[in-house]
Amino acid sequence: MGYLSLTDADRETMLAAIGVSSVEELFRDVPPGVRFDRALALEPPLGEQELTRHLEELAARNTDTSRELSFLGAGIYDHYVPAIVDAVLQRGEFLTAYTPYQPELSQGVLQAIFEYQTVICELTGMDVSNASGYDGTTVAADACFIAKHATGRTKVVITEATNPQVRQVVKTYAPGFGLQVVEVAHRGGTTDPDELQKAVADAACVIFQQPNFFGCLEPAPDLATVANEAEAIAVAHVDPISLGVLEAPGSYGCGIAIGEGQGAGNYQSFAGPHYGFLAAKTEFTRRMPGRIVGETVDAAGERGYVLTLQTREQHIRREKATSNITTNQTLLALGGLVYLSWLGPQGLRELGETCMSLAEHAKRRLVDAGLELVFSDRATFKEFAVRTGRPAKEAIRQARAHGVHPGYPLGRDYEGLDDAVLVALTERRRPEDVDRLVEALTR
Amino acid sequence: MAATETYPEDLKYHTEHDWARIEGDEAVLGITWFAQDSLGELVHYEAPKEGDSVAKDSPYGEIESVKAVSDLIAPLSGEVIEVNQKVVEEPETVNADPYGEGWLVRIRLSDPAQADALLDVDAYKQVVAES
Amino acid sequence: MKLIFEKSREGRRGGELPHYDLPRVEVPEELRRREAPRLPELAEPEVLRHFTELSTRNFGIDTGFYPLGSCTMKYNPRVNERLVMLPGFRDLHPYQEEDEIQGALELMWRLQEILIEVCGLHACSLQPAAGSQGELTGLMLIRAYFADRGEGDQRDTIITADTAHGTNPASVTMSGYKLAKARTDERGNVDVAHLRELVDERTAGLMLTNPSTLGLFDEHIEEIAEIFHGAGALLYYDGANLNAVCGISRPGDMGFDIVHINLHKTFSQPHGGGGPGGGPIVVRDMLEPFLPVPAVVRDGERFRLDYERPKSIGKVRGYTGPFGVFVRSYAFIRSYGPRLREMSEAAVLNANYLLARLKDVYELPYDRLCMHEFVLSARRLKREHGITALDVAKRLMDYGFHPPTIYFPLVVPEALMIEPTETEARETLDAFADAMLAIVREAETDPETIHSAPHGRPVQRLDEVRAAKQAIVKHSFDTKSAVPVPGES
Repeated sequence: MGYLSLTDADRETMLAAIGVSSVEELFRDVPPGVRFDRALALEPPLGEQELTRHLEELAARNTDTSRELSFLGAGIYDHYVPAIVDAVLQRGEFLTAYTPYQPELSQGVLQAIFEYQTVICELTGMDVSNASGYDGTTVAADACFIAKHATGRTKVVITEATNPQVRQVVKTYAPGFGLQVVEVAHRGGTTDPDELQKAVADAACVIFQQPNFFGCLEPAPDLATVANEAEAIAVAHVDPISLGVLEAPGSYGCGIAIGEGQGAGNYQSFAGPHYGFLAAKTEFTRRMPGRIVGETVDAAGERGYVLTLQTREQHIRREKATSNITTNQTLLALGGLVYLSWLGPQGLRELGETCMSLAEHAKRRLVDAGLELVFSDRATFKEFAVRTGRPAKEAIRQARAHGVHPGYPLGRDYEGLDDAVLVALTERRRPEDVDRLVEALTR
Repeated sequence: MAATETYPEDLKYHTEHDWARIEGDEAVLGITWFAQDSLGELVHYEAPKEGDSVAKDSPYGEIESVKAVSDLIAPLSGEVIEVNQKVVEEPETVNADPYGEGWLVRIRLSDPAQADALLDVDAYKQVVAES
Repeated sequence: MKLIFEKSREGRRGGELPHYDLPRVEVPEELRRREAPRLPELAEPEVLRHFTELSTRNFGIDTGFYPLGSCTMKYNPRVNERLVMLPGFRDLHPYQEEDEIQGALELMWRLQEILIEVCGLHACSLQPAAGSQGELTGLMLIRAYFADRGEGDQRDTIITADTAHGTNPASVTMSGYKLAKARTDERGNVDVAHLRELVDERTAGLMLTNPSTLGLFDEHIEEIAEIFHGAGALLYYDGANLNAVCGISRPGDMGFDIVHINLHKTFSQPHGGGGPGGGPIVVRDMLEPFLPVPAVVRDGERFRLDYERPKSIGKVRGYTGPFGVFVRSYAFIRSYGPRLREMSEAAVLNANYLLARLKDVYELPYDRLCMHEFVLSARRLKREHGITALDVAKRLMDYGFHPPTIYFPLVVPEALMIEPTETEARETLDAFADAMLAIVREAETDPETIHSAPHGRPVQRLDEVRAAKQAIVKHSFDTKSAVPVPGES
């Protein structure tokens, strides 16, 4: 294959320089008992054309969202990714670089991360952002770890209306962190601050999602207040696309803001790779996990950027580090930065308004067609839950027969919602697509 | 400005490169020239709070340079009665004057007899020579 | 150069999104955004130019040789970038019905089977998002395994080597284990006598990189495995250095029970300036019940997601993992097939050739043949000429190379950790060796040129102390920057 450069003549020259007679001899330190004595049982190598054909065949066995009208969301969204994002991310200087340990060779990515951190802080109303986390679930676990060390407490409260994927990841991490996880049930689609108050005593943090998993708008400022009164850190899991129209968590008392960045600049890509974001108030700066870029000057006194506050990190603090994270999601976060730079503040606000209008339009049309909204008196952003009048699985199957995927079956995670689907409206769905959704669900 | 290498005669030393200046039933603690030199220019001092108790041979705080972090090991047990705010705000003070303005905490001793187990300057210089 | 915010002009627009003629919906007053986020306001051409200019201030494998030890900076085939953008992969939602995602599940299942064969083990989960998350997942598996056997409280300690990546001890702490550290012996192997002292009935496992971060294959690996298995403990393989041994020695055959693989290292997912990565874990059969959910399984000709794993540790990342990473690594492996062995052989040959050219001039702490990487020390240069590993690194930039990893592993003073990978030509290795040797001569004749390196980069050496002290971590919109912007006063 063409990825290896050495010729037979190269090999001979090199072996002679090393002073061994064969490549085999280079492995003399590998004890005979652990040497692999056969060929790997893998299929034969494929040339570029055959490889392309093979992967095209696999891709063709998937029904992507360009071949089916999809209203799936539930955490991963079909927002438009502009061509400029692809163009920037395919620059080899970004694509094929690694973590900017050597700032003189990495001002491009360092400045980009600094700009990304600024954008995330602007969106969330926070003071410090890291260079990204793995996705919107693991940043929630990171927030718990910060909260544990900042408060010395060992209980985490998370609302049931938070994405089930996020809750599962928090619960998986919790035992190792020495944390107990308490969930607070929703009431009619949102979290009741009074009910939260009963659970919040001695909590390190309270995690809630805004808009929540059902698409409903939580009384987020009230939830943050309840957390703060109990001296627990309020952690908001937010949708970046909503933050042109919804208030920034930093403005209503949250100490930490986290979220899934995918909808802002990344393709759905069967859920990854994407970027999770994590931003916080200044007091938590030294407890942040992962890379952080800071501004400084060079030997000539000119502005430049470096990885900073590195003593938090595993390569220095080792077993006492704020996290074990090394590899993050810089390329995807760069996609987010390019996207948000392309969109601008006006574009982000209009996008939020468009999604809200579309969702409201779809709700009205479904209700007019005789379907019932699950949480009819709640304000929503771009998603809502609707009862299909039959088991959701069946409704989905029938809708798909008409080329429409109506959304996520909520019965997978919530009792009493076996007939409900969660419908997501991005700006890529048009009013005439809503007509098809109504038709597919009411036929 | 970095200080030149010195180890004052009047201090007691701990093998982890910490010093104590005993003043009656109180002591002032800091890190030695050797410790600050090994770390490089200091950028952060994670200080204990006044009222915290510190235990001999256990960490009571941390001090950081850009690429290293070091536990501060208490040479003696006691209660923190004062934290050097100048070092909190300007950690490089320790580099400039490790035994003077760069002191870290003042403690009230709970067991002054512990001082007998600490090193005198000659013994500590031996530790440095072997490091 | 200016920040994108400093190029912004109020009212300027970039992209347009569709507007529909629908009634406007108001956000409830108390939840409404009061101040707009100060995102940049630029037209699209200026956005593209900004990021293009940034890219010219960066260095990737596409730019030149990048021997960053422990990071396996090999060529990233461009065909893989095209394949990951196939709509059938790119525009797929994780909650689509099983019949709509058969191709994606088959690709994942095939990748699992390949990784199982490469590791010589029995089951695989692709879910972890990076090597360090794979480590954490592996430790969670160890915890779940011993809890299931009623030994959960008893076994509370994980042993690592003093040469370990910082992620190992950090993962141990995050998973709630106590840490013990084993020393390195005079040949660069783990000190077996010290291990014997450390291992007892409280030991849950060993985390080890083999070959180690010194680039050395542990000559006692069979004995080490016996010690741990004999004490009822498990062995965890940090796959950071798997690029040395594909098809040559399998972790499972060495005695390891859990392996994480860095797909972005061995299997060529582009590193992206810091990520994404992929950290699948591969395990021995008795650990399979504890793997994260959902599992990707095959039933005859069909593939499905299996959530019915009552002993599972749960989920460490959303959905089924970073799929785009799987597409690239699967494509990469399929382009090699069983010839992955040749890949590792070339990686080891390249490293040993560079080592042979450099070891008489730089100090080699452990005089052995290396595997895919090696560690030199600049200690003599520092002692004789005041030239540190950092200085060597900066000067290499002037010769057009990305520097090696420096000051790691910690057991070697003034360490230079060099990993050339298999995709470099001999001419490149020679040019790099020539540069390394030239720097040694310069240290004698012209040390100031080295101290002031790099030259001609967009910036000179940066003040990291100032960065750490002032901690400016985002743009300040209200005040004019206190420092000049190069060339733009």
